[in-house]
Amino acid sequence: MDPKKELQRIGEELEALKTGTKNKLSMIVFSGDMDKLLAAFIIATGAVAMGLHVVMFFTFWGTPALRDKKKKAGGKDLFGKMFGFMLPKGAGKVKLSKMNMGGMGTAMMKHLMKKKNIASLEEMIGLAAELEVKIYICDMSMGLMGFKPEEMIDYPDVEFVGVAKFLEEAGDSKIQLFL
Amino acid sequence: MNVDVKMDLKGLACPLPVVKVSQQVKKMKVGEVLEAETTDPGAHADFPAWAKSSGNEILKTVKEEKSAKFYIKKLK
Repeated sequence: MDPKKELQRIGEELEALKTGTKNKLSMIVFSGDMDKLLAAFIIATGAVAMGLHVVMFFTFWGTPALRDKKKKAGGKDLFGKMFGFMLPKGAGKVKLSKMNMGGMGTAMMKHLMKKKNIASLEEMIGLAAELEVKIYICDMSMGLMGFKPEEMIDYPDVEFVGVAKFLEEAGDSKIQLFL
Repeated sequence: MNVDVKMDLKGLACPLPVVKVSQQVKKMKVGEVLEAETTDPGAHADFPAWAKSSGNEILKTVKEEKSAKFYIKKLK
């Protein structure tokens, strides 16, 4: 056991006992819009820099952004196939919430971001993985839209959970957000 | 001032400067000084905010023509 890490853990637990909260940020990612997802990941990675543990809970329209464009899942019913076809396949396919203009606005925004050296959504997900941001995916959304775990991105710390898990995490977090 | 590590963060946009600085400081020893050069205007608010919440110290900020250099001392 690393004594430094153990000391930090004990310190955090003491703080938790005093304040009823841990150094943690819990976030619900409901939106599937590129701009809002980007904001979610900027806040998440920034929060790690500020010394917080970060938990992101993806539900509803946020879920398809975590699909892997290269992966396929079989055995879906008609509605599952329809959702699979109509919803964005991964972070590279999500659109702006405003000024999308049939995809032109989103393409222009991506171009501008590259020019200004702003990290893309895919890069931000990679950074979040590096920084050990935890991702939970809502099991019910997966089932509703017919998504299978095997078609989601390879992410080091991902779990498929229900609402109670999120509430448990949110209950002792310093910051809770809904995006 | 004795600088132990230099970081070139020019061109990087929010949140990368503060994320990279925090990762770097984690690797350093207490008392060491990091020089971080950035072109991100948000850093003038972000670095002090980060230093305050992480318990480190910004010794000095030097404004250059297009960038700024932050001298950060690791306190814990």
